Amino acid sequence: MKVARQKKDRVIFEKKLMRGNEAIGAGAIRAGCRFFFGYPITPQNELFEYMAQMLPQAGGTFLQSESELSGINMIYGASAGGGRCMTSSSGPGFTLMGEGLTALATAQLPAVVVCVTRAGPGLGRIASAQSDYRLATRGGGHGDYQCLVLGPASSQELYDLTYKAFDLADQYRNPVIVLSDALLGQMMEPVATGHLPRIKALQKEWAVRGKGTNPRKVIKVAPHTDEELIDWNRQLKKKYQMMKENEQRHEALLTKDAELIVVAFGSTARIALDAVLHAREEGIAVGMFRPISLYPYPDKALNKITRQGTRKLLVVEANNGQMVEDVRLAVDGSAEIAHYGFGGGYIFSPDEIYREIVGYSKK
Amino acid sequence: MQRMKRVYAKPKAMTEVPFPYCPGCSHGTIHRLVAEVIDELEIADRAIGITSAGCSVRNWRQFDCDMVMALHGRGPAVATGLKRAQPDAVIFTYQGDGDMAAIGTAEIVHAASRCERITVIYVNNGVFGATGGQQAPTTLIGQPTTSYPAGRDPRTSGYPLKMAEMLSTVSPESYIARASVHNVKNIIKAKKAIRKAFLVQIKDSGFGLAEILAACPTNWRMDPVGCMDKIKSDVIAYYPLGEFSSQMKLNPEESLEQSEGENRDRPGTL
Ligand SMILES: Cc1ncc(C[n+]2csc(CCOP(=O)(O)OP(=O)(O)O)c2C)c(N)n1
Ligand code: SF4
Ligand SMILES: [Mg+2]
Repeated sequence: MKVARQKKDRVIFEKKLMRGNEAIGAGAIRAGCRFFFGYPITPQNELFEYMAQMLPQAGGTFLQSESELSGINMIYGASAGGGRCMTSSSGPGFTLMGEGLTALATAQLPAVVVCVTRAGPGLGRIASAQSDYRLATRGGGHGDYQCLVLGPASSQELYDLTYKAFDLADQYRNPVIVLSDALLGQMMEPVATGHLPRIKALQKEWAVRGKGTNPRKVIKVAPHTDEELIDWNRQLKKKYQMMKENEQRHEALLTKDAELIVVAFGSTARIALDAVLHAREEGIAVGMFRPISLYPYPDKALNKITRQGTRKLLVVEANNGQMVEDVRLAVDGSAEIAHYGFGGGYIFSPDEIYREIVGYSKK
Repeated sequence: MQRMKRVYAKPKAMTEVPFPYCPGCSHGTIHRLVAEVIDELEIADRAIGITSAGCSVRNWRQFDCDMVMALHGRGPAVATGLKRAQPDAVIFTYQGDGDMAAIGTAEIVHAASRCERITVIYVNNGVFGATGGQQAPTTLIGQPTTSYPAGRDPRTSGYPLKMAEMLSTVSPESYIARASVHNVKNIIKAKKAIRKAFLVQIKDSGFGLAEILAACPTNWRMDPVGCMDKIKSDVIAYYPLGEFSSQMKLNPEESLEQSEGENRDRPGTL
């Protein structure tokens, strides 16, 4: 697992100690993000403040919007104008962005949206949780649209995957969600920043800037006719299928001979890894599977692993089992599935996950 | 045979696509004024229009410039983002009173307070036209709608919102005016207001908004002529015409206020 290997990494690029939330900002600016519109909410404020400070220095625009609704719609405008842009929030604000996300997806406008998850439901508290998994992967907005969702598990990945998110957003002309959480956001870790090329302004031929002497362009969020609607939805479906086919990302560790595999994403994967390594030391044939893309779910890889003999999956996540559905679909009956975790506000200890592994392996 | 002199033509900033509006609807008149202003200011090549949800939702078909469709009420936020990305573009939103004064209140108030360099064409026809004539925040007291067939009662649904006045209190760098299109004289004034709402953006001196009092014959359940009379008698009585915030003062003789002895020509005869 990358996280585990970090200690052994040869230092090729200078590393900076960064809070997870700042690593997102740094990755974004590196990727050429020049527009940030957002509304304060804990536990993502360090990202907001990083952008407030650093984006103007990079020649970009930082604007505090009057709400997340406005923020995501400002993103819609800036994206229509061809800018690389980002907004961020936590659960209560992320919910409000559903409207904008479906609009961005419909109009095929790229954008990066960060959710630094806190414990809900409702206003909740600022403690960490992974309970916005469903909201991120299933939508939040109406209609048949789909965002790409990335689930980083370290400051380094927050940097790298945020950067990647901008490329994916442009490649597919689609919003990409970076699903982080309070724990990752607040954690400080060394981050290498120099290995990714610095992106400057990009030319997007579809962006509106005033027609000049060219034919005019229209960015639409609704089709004009029934035929156009059908055609539109067909095209979107094709694109979503392409995303599903080509953008599955995961990491598997010690899975070859594993009888039991822990499936976890994001910060929980970091904690679960300790438990897995501990159990291995105790002679239990346990492995670890970490989805990195949460949409599309890396079902091809997980299915392959269970088809090769792993009988038991233990899904550990800081929610009531929102990812279990995806795991079940991926393995398609080829393994038994148990879940450990609940709706957040609480940080797992490696020991309790270890005990779950031991208990489940004996069943 | 002597060729006739052409005295009237479709503005260049307007496509060939016919209007989809009901007979007597003011949207068409207002679209034309916007297009004429775009022509006269020679900005069609750098104008970007932002549509809103309402009867005018598909007016990207009529304006011959780059266009972006926004969600219901969010036009000013979209315009804000777009202006940051394309600061040399001339950006206008076209919004109804449901769009701007109900669901989009937060967006317009803050765009105005930031004095965004954008132009807002705000069409106040006193109802939600597109959804079938429900009460808008602008519906007059006593005016029946499908939401409140017995008429608007301030005890249950409050008082009509005067957006131009309200926004002028939060937008010191701006041009904010209210005009009407109920007769030729006022149509000419409305065009002036629209022109200034664009100029204030182009000159980078502030936020521009032209509120235009408009008729919705279908949902007012009145014939077009009756609608124009109602604007003159009732609507203007509540929504006075004039400039409320002005970086772009009109000459006194150009004032937007309703004057006595107006000629009674109707839109469509322009
Ligand atoms: C979020 C959302 N809620 C409701 C609607 C339905 N809707 C479409 S237009 C409209 C009101 C339009 O009224 P107005 O802005 O006054 O425009 P008009 O048709 O009168 O010109 C409503 C409620 C919508 N499109 N989106
Ligand atoms: S319903 Fe009213 S606003 Fe809509 S097109 Fe008809 S007259 Fe115009
Ligand atoms: Mg209306």
